[in-house]
Amino acid sequence: MTISKAIVEHVARLCRLSVRPGEVERFQKELGRIIEYVDKLSEVDTSLVEPSSHGLEGTTPLREDVRGPGSLSREDVLQAAPASDRGHFKVPRVL
Amino acid sequence: MEYCELSLAEMGRKLDAGDVAPMELLERHLERIRRLNGTFNAYVSLNEAACRELLERRAGRGARRSNPLAWIPVAVKDNICTAGLRTTCGSRMLERYVPPYDATVVERLRDRDCLILGKTNLDEFGMGSSNETSFFGPCRNPWDAGCVSGGSSGGSAVAVAAGMAAAALGTDTGGSVRQPASLCGIVGYKPTYGLVSRRGLVAYASSLDQIGVLGRAVEDVALVTECISGWDPLDSTSVAREAVKVDAGEAPGSLRVGVPWTWLSKGVHADVVETLRRAIAKLGRAGWVFEEIEMPHASFSIAAYYVVATAEASSNLARYDGVRYGFREDAEDVHTMYCATRSAGFGDEVKRRIMLGTFTLSAGYHDAYYLKAQKVRTLIRQDYLNALGRVDFILVPTSPSPAFRLGEKTDDPLQMYLSDVFTVGVNLAGLPAISLPAGFSEDGLPVGLQLIGAAFEDERLLRAGRAWEQAMEVPRSCPTAVKKALAT
Repeated sequence: MTISKAIVEHVARLCRLSVRPGEVERFQKELGRIIEYVDKLSEVDTSLVEPSSHGLEGTTPLREDVRGPGSLSREDVLQAAPASDRGHFKVPRVL
Repeated sequence: MEYCELSLAEMGRKLDAGDVAPMELLERHLERIRRLNGTFNAYVSLNEAACRELLERRAGRGARRSNPLAWIPVAVKDNICTAGLRTTCGSRMLERYVPPYDATVVERLRDRDCLILGKTNLDEFGMGSSNETSFFGPCRNPWDAGCVSGGSSGGSAVAVAAGMAAAALGTDTGGSVRQPASLCGIVGYKPTYGLVSRRGLVAYASSLDQIGVLGRAVEDVALVTECISGWDPLDSTSVAREAVKVDAGEAPGSLRVGVPWTWLSKGVHADVVETLRRAIAKLGRAGWVFEEIEMPHASFSIAAYYVVATAEASSNLARYDGVRYGFREDAEDVHTMYCATRSAGFGDEVKRRIMLGTFTLSAGYHDAYYLKAQKVRTLIRQDYLNALGRVDFILVPTSPSPAFRLGEKTDDPLQMYLSDVFTVGVNLAGLPAISLPAGFSEDGLPVGLQLIGAAFEDERLLRAGRAWEQAMEVPRSCPTAVKKALAT
């Protein structure tokens, strides 16, 4: 399928990327070529096939909801923050 | 004596015999890095002071090594977290990020008194097959500095091939340990999914990512694997199994190998096909048995991989928003900040993959792309299982060509993706695989070949790798461009 400008802009909005006007055409072309290639998946008959989200069998193991080893302190975590204030991550206005 | 060119196992024996002092071995490596890293760009960060400090504390007069990895200098790919040591993922987004914790594999290396020399260069967030998408510039191939190292674990492969580390950790989502190992002439091994903890590995595609090992000999790779593998309760995808342990001298067992000739009939460089034929002949004389197998869905591997991996990546990379860590581009409101941060912090290849993944997961396209790819994944996995029911291992090239020139494939992302044709299926199926040196091209560039094993048969695969080395006798020598660089 062909990738329109509208699709590129819609997808960019969904994943919070801003694509500059000069870049839209390039991404359109590149993504178009890749989508055209992966379209070949439609050649495979998968009518009786179950999807796999994983290579091997298995389920997610569960544990008790208690704090365990590997926990980080608040100080450790806020160390890397671009901006923090009184134990919180600080961001520009939300609304 | 070029200590840096010995195998890890040989270095260990020299340390135990007192032939080389631990500090001397470290200094030789640091000197080698000083002389070569400017040209080859294998390392992004070094950890000199901490290495010296560890030896002063633990390797003093009368001290003895407690295990085969003690006091051995290794390198760690820069998408694996090291506490207090910058971890960049080859990206502007994490250019200054310092993790507050060690990845489980790093903890295990430290527990053995292993020296972590530094963090190696990689394609940004593990996305690439040439190490050309790194924010810190490309690596150069140790056999020809005008060629790529391969990727995404380019830095790790170069460090090992050039004697700047005894071994290295890499990561493999679609071939990123095996392919650079092949292009640089060394061994690169990806374990069965779940055998090595992913805790502390910066996620790219969670159902595909695995930490792997690069080394100059299979024995070296096995020694590092024994240290890092085994169940980790802090990784919910870690399987409840013991560490992979291979005893020296143990016989390899049955060596019945399947070769999917139909799949190899086009798009493979003549020198790679020739290397494969020669290898089969040589191994055949040593008692290996070969037969033809079919893998009917192999030609759909790249398509399935690039839908699944990019979908998972779009989800995993959503966390880079300028809020909790990493790069931030300030703005008036938080939504603008997200967009500005991500657009400035990520390189083009990462953006392409995030957009691709977002597209295939979005309403209206999800069934035709993501769900479809998941079904094809089932079929690809079934192909491998069927083949491995008949033979012990599958043999294919690692890369369809030897190392290509820097810049040769950067204009066409799809061309770059196609170079992963023989590696991605293994990740989709969660199987173990190892790239082994097999010879050289007419231009003197290394050619590796790949053995793929059944799930959790890693010990058998490593033993087969050792049998391969003994039968193939591929000469080990200092890579051409490294020799040149050291002579100047």
